[in-house]
Formats: sequence, C-alpha cells, structure tokens
Amino acid sequence: MDLRELVTRAHDSGDYSELIATIPYAVTIGVECERFGDEVMFKLPRKKSNIGNPILPAIHGGVIGGFMEISASLYLVMFQDTPKLPKIVDISLDYLRAGLDRDTYVECKLTRQGSRVANVIVTAWQKSRNEPIALARAHFLFS
Amino acid sequence: MTNDPVLFGKVSRFVGSLAQCNTLGIKTVQAVPNQLILELPYSDAIIGNPYTGVIHGGAITTLMDTASGSVVICGLEEFELCPTLDLRVDYMHAAAPGESVFAKATCYKITKNIIFTRCLAYQGANEEPVAQCVATFMRIGAEATPLPFRQMIMGTDLLEERSNEDANQQGQV
Repeated sequence: MDLRELVTRAHDSGDYSELIATIPYAVTIGVECERFGDEVMFKLPRKKSNIGNPILPAIHGGVIGGFMEISASLYLVMFQDTPKLPKIVDISLDYLRAGLDRDTYVECKLTRQGSRVANVIVTAWQKSRNEPIALARAHFLFS
Repeated sequence: MTNDPVLFGKVSRFVGSLAQCNTLGIKTVQAVPNQLILELPYSDAIIGNPYTGVIHGGAITTLMDTASGSVVICGLEEFELCPTLDLRVDYMHAAAPGESVFAKATCYKITKNIIFTRCLAYQGANEEPVAQCVATFMRIGAEATPLPFRQMIMGTDLLEERSNEDANQQGQV
C-alpha cells in the first residue's frame, strides 16, 4: 500500500499504528500517535531500551531527537499533500530538562511551507506542556 | 592514529552503559585525546524509509549525540556526566543501506561550565559525509555522578592505583 493510502486510512479510522508501523525505527523506539479533532499528538511511552543516562535514569538525547524528527515528518505526511516521506535537511535541538524515564509527548507546528522546503517547530514535554523537556526546529525537503 | 587504551576503555564502558546504544549496537572504534570514533552498524531496526532501506535520521542523531557526549571523556581528566544543552545536525547525504555509519567527534573547547564539540558522520574508506553536528554540553561537576558509576567508567584499578599513589605520597611527607 502506498503512503497516501495509508494516511487516508489512518485519518478515517483514527488509528495511526499501521502508518507508524511502516517505519521500523519508529517501532524500535515505540512512537505512537493520537488525534484530537484536527490536532495530533505524538507519544513515546516509557521504554527501558530508550534510556541513555543510567543514573537518573533519563531517555537518551538522541532518542528524544529521533522521536521529535519522526513526529515532524509524520505530521507533514498527515497534513500536507505529500506522496512520500519528506527528507530531513537539518534539526536544531535544545535540551531544556532531563527526559525522565516516563511517557513523553510531542506537538508539531508548521511554521513555513514552501514549494520545496518546510520548517517545523517541535515541542516535547512530559509532566506539563508548560515545562518542555526539549524544543526543536527542523527543515524538511520534498523531492 | 593509534588507540589510547585507557581512553578506549573508559569510552567503551560508558557507551556500554547506555541502554539505547546497546539496542542500536553502537560501539567504540577508537579513542585518543580529544577525539573518538564510534560505529553504528546497519540493522533493520533503524530503517527510516522502508522503500529504500535508508536508516532514519534519528539513529544518526543518537550516534552523534553519543559520540559528542563521550568525547568529553577524552577531553577531561576525571569522568563527568555532561548533559546535552544543544545539538544541531545537518544531514548532507542519505546513508547507504547495508553499511555501518561512523561518527568522528572532537572536543574543541572546554570551559569551566561548557564543553563544545563537533562531529562528522561518514561511511566507507573515503569517509563520505552523511551528517555533521555541533553540540554544547553542560558541566555539572564530577561529584554530581555517583562514585560507583564513576569508578566503573574510570576503571576501578585506576582509582586504586591513584589512591595507592596518594598513600605513598602521604607516606613520604
């Protein structure tokens, strides 16, 4: 099944697991997605294998970055009329707080959609939306 | 460049203590003062594009974050766990499927509070660039990390040697 069909089916059923399951790395770290009206929120349930800092313990910064990047690309696929996965050009991550060993949530905002490049702002939090654990800006290329 | 066995041991023990790195199979290739190389082997678990088999940028971010965070060990005398403040990754080329990606990280400035690093991810003997990254890490001090973990990273023998030296010096006084 092509990506467009998968996205349409997911939008209709409200179940995004089939779409996410096509990306093996998303399955490896355990990404989930839920829709609330016209909004979507991505969730990374706590998982032992995602731990980086064994002392706190805290989620590996790379996993948080990877989760934010996957969320942004899925968000673009869901809300832009793109027939394939966009390519990541760059991502700039600010780590504000330790990502503790608990569920993490991500929200995306499309800041600019050009004909070839899109700019997305991504916020990740755990306890409260007002206390983000990380912020990211990313550029994606459609080609 | 030849490996520094002491640094190689410290970095390998540190990388080995990170669950996500074990999941992805990230291993240490080389460690010398202020520089190290890590390897991310290709596996189905890190594929980002199922149509091409190209690995996901997130796995490369994890590789580069680990390399940049671990090179701190090659720049400091004592082991300190330094959290990432900021990480900026430029993806220059999709990694060729089926091949390992290597990350060469350099620690180019250490201040009292902040450590600055850069890292190149590449493939093959010609070091074809895949991604580049600059990062900053916060120094929270060695004491912030529990002693048993520090000893595990430093190698207990080394600490024993040092305490023996200290004891000898005290004896001389």
